[in-house]
Amino acid sequence: MLTVKDLYASVEEKEILKGINLKVNPGEVHAIMGPNGSGKSTLASIIAGREGYSVTNGSVTFEGKDLLSMSPEDRAREGIFLAFQYPVEIPGISNATFLKTAVNEIRKYKGLEELDAMEFLALIREKMKIVGIDQTLFSRPVNHGFSGGEKKRNEIFQLAVLDPKLAILDETDSGLDIDALKIVANGVNVFKQQSKEKAVIVVTHYQRLLDYIVPDYVHVLYNGRIVKSGTKELALELEERGYDWIKEENNIPASTK
Amino acid sequence: MAEIIEKTDLRDYYHSHFQAFENSLNGLKETEIHLERKKAMEQFMQSGFPTADNEEWRYTNPAPILKHTFMPAFEAGEVELKKESFEKYLIKDLPVNLFVFVNGKLREDLSVRQKGEEALELESLSAVMKKDSEVIRKYLSEPVNGFTALNKAFLNDGAVLRIPEGLVLENPVHFLFLSGSPLGEILIQPRIFIIAGKNSQAKIIESHHSIFENAYLFNSVTEIVTEESAVLSYYKIENESEAAFHLSRLQVRQQRSSAFNCFTVTFGGSLVRNDLNSVFSGEYAETNLNGLYLADGKRHIDNHTVIDHAVPHCNSNELYKGILDDKGRGVFNGKVIVRKDAQKTQAYQSNKNLLLSRTAKIDTKPQLEIFADDVKCSHGATVGQLNEEALFYLQSRGVGIEKAQSILINAFASDVIDLINIEKLKETVNQQIMDKLHKVSE
Ligand SMILES: Nc1ncnc2c1ncn2[C@@H]1O[C@H](COP(=O)(O)OP(=O)(O)OP(=O)(O)O)[C@@H](O)[C@H]1O
Ligand SMILES: [Mg+2]
Repeated sequence: MLTVKDLYASVEEKEILKGINLKVNPGEVHAIMGPNGSGKSTLASIIAGREGYSVTNGSVTFEGKDLLSMSPEDRAREGIFLAFQYPVEIPGISNATFLKTAVNEIRKYKGLEELDAMEFLALIREKMKIVGIDQTLFSRPVNHGFSGGEKKRNEIFQLAVLDPKLAILDETDSGLDIDALKIVANGVNVFKQQSKEKAVIVVTHYQRLLDYIVPDYVHVLYNGRIVKSGTKELALELEERGYDWIKEENNIPASTK
Repeated sequence: MAEIIEKTDLRDYYHSHFQAFENSLNGLKETEIHLERKKAMEQFMQSGFPTADNEEWRYTNPAPILKHTFMPAFEAGEVELKKESFEKYLIKDLPVNLFVFVNGKLREDLSVRQKGEEALELESLSAVMKKDSEVIRKYLSEPVNGFTALNKAFLNDGAVLRIPEGLVLENPVHFLFLSGSPLGEILIQPRIFIIAGKNSQAKIIESHHSIFENAYLFNSVTEIVTEESAVLSYYKIENESEAAFHLSRLQVRQQRSSAFNCFTVTFGGSLVRNDLNSVFSGEYAETNLNGLYLADGKRHIDNHTVIDHAVPHCNSNELYKGILDDKGRGVFNGKVIVRKDAQKTQAYQSNKNLLLSRTAKIDTKPQLEIFADDVKCSHGATVGQLNEEALFYLQSRGVGIEKAQSILINAFASDVIDLINIEKLKETVNQQIMDKLHKVSE
């Protein structure tokens, strides 16, 4: 489904990704872990099409199509969804308008008829229950004045409504208490269970989320490379031992970043 | 195009047209009003047109206007017009008392009143002058520059609207200005008087459209008086062609406990300058001046406001938002004067601008002159670009870049548009801005 090959990328002359290889098949859940600044968000951003990165080598394909030459909106329309580490506040436009526009832009791309107000509301009502988003939150401006937890739930709500093929969650668990974490994880699982084909990439620092969203593979991203891959046991080991042993294995003194 | 005429020649040019105008007045040359006109013509001959050296015109150079020689509209004669030709300028599904002005002249034949609102008094300026010029002389303000002097010198077109004491007008008044001539470049100079009587309530829409491609100079003065406890909402929507020069001065005098809500939308024109002056002459009055302007192409849009807190206990609020694209240029100059005795004044002003291209430009200049000590005043001006993060956020949800841009621009303008309290007009303005943006992004 998603294939990242030998990907090198830099920001303002600084090399951040230094040869990433990653293959995600339909139906799989991959977790990407790693210390701060190792390049996790950069990788997610490049897949989603954020500007400001220069890819100096390698390729990213999604269902055989070259992603890097696609606009961010076309990537979304093809079925990629990024839940932002820092969801953006947009005063002046309501969540409802925002989402309705998004749904219909994607439908148009797929050659489907646009949803009218009634059909859209029916869709929304069903999805609101999954993540406990209420009507008032829905009619407020996008993320504006939302608490950290509300913003993260709103991301998962959008995931549920837009129903992509691949969901990339960038630290959607950070700042959530255990109850909110369960709601978010449940939202992801509901998404996942809709079809055998849905795939998920979970970027996280903590094993805890992985208790609820169980990964098939765990990768450790360190200093721009995937230095270790394994199964969910690797996440437990990281939880216990931290990242220092990984750093040591990669011949870098633990104290330097 | 006419060759550039030297400054003194331009004065002589309008002076000779003034003589033609005088001759057309026949027996009305000896009236007191005409003495006022002559005085104004002398003022014009003395001052000429302002230049960019003048502090008031520093950011809006009148030179492009003065390259043209405009023929006074009355010389070009009447334009044949059918109702069907301007229906598209009416606000959809909004019943109004419609008064149509073609090249500044009231056209009763095209105007329509709503049933039951006959109490509304509206007459052409020339008709009022013929029978009773007192109200006009009472409210006729002194010229402040060559343009307003010229308007006064040619005083004849326009109207007087009186909202009688206590009348609550159900349907808005719509002044529809249709301008331009097939015969050449013309000078349109209406003067409108609006007297909102004691305790009356009314909404007025003034909209501007071009009906021919030729350039013209629209040079108007509007005199508004809100008597005690009157509530007047005034909407000015400017949507003229790129060949139109538009200068307007709105002079507002507010009496005790009255409220004046003004909303100035500028979408069109080549060079537009809106001068809006509001003076509080009675306590406990309130003025709300809001505006939205969109300067694309090579448009130049200037909003100059002055709020004069001459007496205590008055409130003023001002919010102007601007969108500037291509080589568009905006000017906002907001002066607030709080006189020595005007204690307990509250005055808030804000001007926010969105620049969509590197070549667009805005000059924003708040001017607070506060001479009283027990007051609450604030002002702020911002200039920003579209938020890249928000754009990417929308794109990452499948929204195309152009749509994402127009959504964000609309979001920027939404709080000021929400201040329009005629629902159908709000929809129209929203639609117009969407249409405009569509063109902008193309
Ligand atoms: N726009 C940018 N300009 C300059 N440096 C950047 C930019 N974006 C990322 N970086 C740098 O790239 C490196 C990787 O950042 P990235 O956000 O991808 O890390 P991360 O693994 O997601 O970290 P965290 O766990 O803190 O979210 C960091 O050193 C960061 O400072
Ligand atoms: Mg990150």
